[in-house]
Amino acid sequence: MQAEAEFSKETFEGPQEMTEREFTAPRELTVEEGAVLRLAEGVVVDAGDIDVEISEDETMIINMGPQHPSTHGVLRLMMELQGETVLRTKPVIGYLHTGMEKTAEGLSYIQGSTNVTRMDYLSPLHNELVFSLATEALLGVEIPERATWIRMLMSELNRISSHLMWMATNGMDLGSTSMMIFGFRDREMILSFFEKVTGLRMNHNYIRPGGVAADLPDGWEDDVLAIAQTIPGRLDEYNDMLTGQPIFKERTEGVGILTQEQALALSATGPVLRSTGVAWDLRKSMPYLAYDQVDFDVVVGSVGDTFDRYAVRLAELRESVRIVTQILDKMPSGPYRVLDKKITPPPRKRIDESMEALIHHFKLFTEGIKVPPGEVYVAIESPRGELGCYMVSDGSSKPYRMHIRGPSFVNLQSLPVMMRGGLVADAVAIISSVDPVMGEVDR
Amino acid sequence: MIDDVIKNEAGNYFPTREQYDALVAELHKSGYEYCSDLCAVDYLQHFDRPLPAEVVAERFEVVVNLTSVKMRSRVRIRVQVPESDPTIPTLFYHYPGTEAMEREAYDLMGIVFPGHPDLTRILMPEEWEGHPLRKDYSAERVPVQFKHSPAIR
Amino acid sequence: MGLEDLSHNFLTGNVENLVRWARRNSVWPATFGLACCAIEMMSAGAGDFDLARFGMEVFRASPRQADLMIVAGRVSQKMAPVLRQVYDQMMEPKWVISMGVCASTGGLFNNYAVVQGVDQIVPVDVYAPGCPPGPETLIHAILTLHEKIRTGAITRRKGEGLGIHLDPTGISGKENAAAGASMKMVGNK
Repeated sequence: MQAEAEFSKETFEGPQEMTEREFTAPRELTVEEGAVLRLAEGVVVDAGDIDVEISEDETMIINMGPQHPSTHGVLRLMMELQGETVLRTKPVIGYLHTGMEKTAEGLSYIQGSTNVTRMDYLSPLHNELVFSLATEALLGVEIPERATWIRMLMSELNRISSHLMWMATNGMDLGSTSMMIFGFRDREMILSFFEKVTGLRMNHNYIRPGGVAADLPDGWEDDVLAIAQTIPGRLDEYNDMLTGQPIFKERTEGVGILTQEQALALSATGPVLRSTGVAWDLRKSMPYLAYDQVDFDVVVGSVGDTFDRYAVRLAELRESVRIVTQILDKMPSGPYRVLDKKITPPPRKRIDESMEALIHHFKLFTEGIKVPPGEVYVAIESPRGELGCYMVSDGSSKPYRMHIRGPSFVNLQSLPVMMRGGLVADAVAIISSVDPVMGEVDR
Repeated sequence: MIDDVIKNEAGNYFPTREQYDALVAELHKSGYEYCSDLCAVDYLQHFDRPLPAEVVAERFEVVVNLTSVKMRSRVRIRVQVPESDPTIPTLFYHYPGTEAMEREAYDLMGIVFPGHPDLTRILMPEEWEGHPLRKDYSAERVPVQFKHSPAIR
Repeated sequence: MGLEDLSHNFLTGNVENLVRWARRNSVWPATFGLACCAIEMMSAGAGDFDLARFGMEVFRASPRQADLMIVAGRVSQKMAPVLRQVYDQMMEPKWVISMGVCASTGGLFNNYAVVQGVDQIVPVDVYAPGCPPGPETLIHAILTLHEKIRTGAITRRKGEGLGIHLDPTGISGKENAAAGASMKMVGNK
């Protein structure tokens, strides 16, 4: 195979790890030194901007992960150190690769949301939402209003729980164990509401193509109101505990700075991008669901350091609570899923009474929904950034190709830039501030 | 330059592989600041898929989604890549953020990006054989390839 | 026996029971979170479910200080050698809980990337069902393990090494000796 020989010149089936300075090809090193592997040569700055003398033979490559308490799962980082200064960083990922994109090709559209919900396990509802939106875009169906607002309510609550979880783990990484306990406490409150609505604490499979799986239970307003009233008070507590605290500020301010240009060039989205001052929130900029009918602000930072990323998330929590309160007032009544026989199975009660409904139910779940051929890219704002779904349909009941653009996967590329020239002790704070969820990175 | 590229009614560009790099450069200049997504699709069973008349369908397609923050718009580029020579220029020097995405496309689909600074497998282990997302790669269970853990570091 | 003459309070018992009691009440898990289940594992350790009730709140970051590996989540082909290495680094006696269906059988992901059951790599003591198992299920699994420790043998556990298939052909060079030793251990049931 001549063609194969051609490729092997271009590719390198060798180790994915970082190579030592003396074994690294000069060209590779320029790119690496300049932008620690991830910036174009036009933006390359040589290592001279780091205030440390690099001795060629005394740099050390250390390995962090994949089993490490503060790499948020199974992230593995290789860092080249000169003393305590980080020169180069390279994330090595794939330790949680689950092959979900392949699995999705074997599951029908009805089953598909079971699969995608397990990607980003801190915001499962967002994964389901993007999958359902993509399917609906291909189907060309309009979702009932109530379903849209239920989806919005659930995804905003999920954003709160995800950010609370981030506050907890971030606290743990920076040595504030109380924050971890507090964060989990508040998260449990939201999870018990989710359990009431969907039956599961995580991986709900609640938002499905065509609507949601079930209507909200009786008395849901009280639960949501309790959450919306409790969380802001708790946030004030956390604000008192962390924001002004000298140790916390010392560890986060000015650490891991990313500029606007770098963030955009590296395709970073979500709080990482907003902390640099770019007001880019898909809920506001390219509204989906009914986000254009609720009032909220896009929070931006100014410096783009670890502290800004913390502050953006803290403020976003308040914005989400604001949205949830508005949804409480505006929740319309009506059906919670599309009343289209081709998409929605008949209600359970009808199956007992009518033979036709039974046949129809059976056909829908064995054959699945037939989706017209086409391709579509849908993106939503997950707690971590732009969560996209590129879906190709060939007219059958299974997606021909489903690709998920995971925000953490892309945001991880900015780690080497943030770490460069910093201290190795700050590495943990920086990793935590990006908030990578490995399930979504590796899919 | 942009006018030469075939465009369908949905606004998707269908450049040839020769036009691809220049088109992306031009779009980058005209305000598409970041690259949302880059992925590859294997159309093994669907050479007859709907495409603009002038475009010759090939087995692979590389799909790029660019986003403009200023204009609040997206644009999609679909490039045909033949099976006999699955290479396509890298976008790394226009959008450094495509680095990981291209590595993923290489790893799972076997598309080669000449000029990429570090084209190694990203998700699968180093010694893995084959590109799992290709349609002719078995979807079923693969026996555990558990070996002794690599050399002690 | 002469014990009658002792004036202070004392208890008599088997050393074996004492050892089991001590082991049972201070099982330290390793932090080995992989996927979704890891979040539930952390929830179990946090305030609401409070693993500290069972003397287990100390999640050790270093495998050498841990007794229990909770395999929380799907194990990918790339992770398998790492997982085995972490297991090998743990001191005897050690136990493994396979948490969730992905770790136990591969679960939903019957594909190229996921190891179909972590018991192909390490011996598992307790399987916790669920996707993900709630903290209650995990606590139940832990209590089951405690019961197993309380009633099991202290020197060698039943089924030690079962289900491990090391392939000696895949090992070359210097490591052969060490691998040979571990193979022997496996066979010496």
